[in-house]
Parts: sequence; C-alpha cells; structure tokens
Amino acid sequence: MRDFSEAQLERYSRHILLQDVGVEGQAKLMEARVLIVGAGGLGAPIGLYLAAAGIGKIGIVDGDTVDLSNLQRQVIHFEKDIDTPKVASAREKMLAINPEIEVVTYQKCLRADNIREIIRDYDFVVDGTDNFPTKFLVNDACVMEGIPFSHGGILRFDGQTMTVVPGKSPCYRCTFRQPPPPDAVPTCSQAGVLGAIAGMLGTIQAAEVLKFVTGVGDLLTGTLLTFDAKTMDFKKIKLHKQKNCPVCGEAPTITELYDEEQAVCNLHN
Amino acid sequence: MTKAKIQADALKDCRGVGCPMNLVYTKVELAKLQAGQILEIHLDDGAPINNVPGSAEKEGHRIIGKKQLPDGAWSVLIEKG
Repeated sequence: MRDFSEAQLERYSRHILLQDVGVEGQAKLMEARVLIVGAGGLGAPIGLYLAAAGIGKIGIVDGDTVDLSNLQRQVIHFEKDIDTPKVASAREKMLAINPEIEVVTYQKCLRADNIREIIRDYDFVVDGTDNFPTKFLVNDACVMEGIPFSHGGILRFDGQTMTVVPGKSPCYRCTFRQPPPPDAVPTCSQAGVLGAIAGMLGTIQAAEVLKFVTGVGDLLTGTLLTFDAKTMDFKKIKLHKQKNCPVCGEAPTITELYDEEQAVCNLHN
Repeated sequence: MTKAKIQADALKDCRGVGCPMNLVYTKVELAKLQAGQILEIHLDDGAPINNVPGSAEKEGHRIIGKKQLPDGAWSVLIEKG
C-alpha cells in the first residue's frame, strides 16, 4: 500500500474517513491523471476541487487569457490575473491549494490534429468548454481513444452534464448528432450566464471524476442531468446507446477527427 | 483463553490523538492487515473510546476486546473484517 505522510493523512482525512473511499480510494486519486478542457466557468471549480482532492496529475487546456468579464464566474482567476494566460492563472491557484500535485498546462485550443496526443496521457477528460465544435471534438476523440469523459454545458440559468464511458455507455453524439449551425445557439458571451451555476455544474463534474477514479457509486452514464436554476428543478433523462451513432455505433461514419467550420477560438467576445 | 492473551498483529498508539484523526490512523493500520488479523489500538478515554470502536464496527470490522489501561486510556482489539 502507498505510504501516506502524516500531513497527507490529515489533508485527506475527510476522504479517508469515508467508508467507500478510505486509504485505498485516496491512493487511487493520488495516482490518477485527469485532463480539464477549458479553464473557464466550469474548469475553475473542477480545477480547484480536483487539486484539493489530490489528483496526482491534472492537465488543463485553454488558449485564452483572463478577461475582466470572466471574474463574475471563473473563480479560479483573480483581478491580478487579467491579461495572463488562463492556464497559468489556474495552475498557480491549484498548486497554492495543493503543492503535492502535478499540473500540466496546454496554452492552446484543442483541434483535430492535436487532441488525441494530448488526451492519451490521461485516464479521464472533463469537458468544460463553451462551444459546440470542441464538445463534439472531445466526444469523438475520447470515443476513438477509449477514454471516459464528463460532458458539461451551461447557459443563462441552465446546466447539463453526462458522463461517457466509451464502449459501455451512450456518447454525446448518440443523442446530439451534430453541432447546431454557427450562431443558432448563443454563447455565454452573447446570452449571459448566472455566475453560480458554473459552480453548480462544475462541482457535479468534479464529483463524477472522484467517483470514477475511486469506483464509488453510479456515474451519470446513460443519463443527462439537467437543471434550471430559476426553479431549481433537476431532471435526469435516460439516454441509450444508438446502433447508428456516427462515431460509436456499429458502422461509424466518423472515423477521423475534423474541425467544425466554426473556429473554436473565435467565439470569445 | 482470556481476551488479554489474544496476540495482536499490529499496535497503534493513538493516545493524545483526537477525533477524527484517531479513526484515520485506525483505518490506515487496518488497511495494512489481512481479513482476520488483529489490530490493537490505544485510545483516550472520553470521545475517542466512545466513537472509534463503533465507527470501525460500522465498516465491517469486529471489536473482540476492550480494556482500560492504568493511565485511564483504553486498549481495543479490532479484528479486520
């Protein structure tokens, strides 16, 4: 069994005390490698909680710099970080919480030609992006590489998330076949978003990571969890694997990754 | 055979260690043992002796002995479940 220092036992005591986690579960967390895509509203709480949980290696991908308009919800970035790369700002806070972890930064946008080699180094991917092209790209790449991931999205007062274990559970494309046409769905920068729902959804995604790594409980596989913060109604919608899914079905038509016409990095502001 | 003669496979002295860290140490020591092996743990009187053995039982371990030590603390024998 992994040797814990006295300080580690104290730091992780509230996990170790959980019967379902224990020292074994905490050891798994410390050996896990998780990639966070996007250091924005969702990536902020995800990064903070995964760092706090002692996930051994955390990768974080984002090509953007911190903007004043981010601070209303992206709680990992501070006013002093404005104009600095989001990944560097996020890494600094994560290591300030927990210097024992490794945080690897990728200051770039994920594209068809770089995503597979990046995600291959990780056990689990968390999608915290703000645009459909990247969500579909993350889905397709994770299915092709067989890497489980958590999908997440927020807009206005609404949030939705599902967990995908390729080969076992329906993928994002089983339900949502293709991205909506550019400009058909507004982005957060056009439509607005209630700040705290980024925390609501991001922490659900972080909890899914901890559950996946420790093997505790039931994941949101085959289930789309949605909420409306105006009424605080939470719904679970059952989803099924589709035999004719273009990426994970019996005769996939998407066998190579491609970039959608909507340029991933052009969505901000 | 009396309970006092049961040979423990490991000993952890948690005197002076408050809740819940005494339970954390107990769980760490139990994780190192095989099912059926016995951990002897020393716990302070009061909250520690009132809480740790029950928590260990809830996690599927068995309390097979408990006696007070001369200094007022307790020695508890836990069989790993």
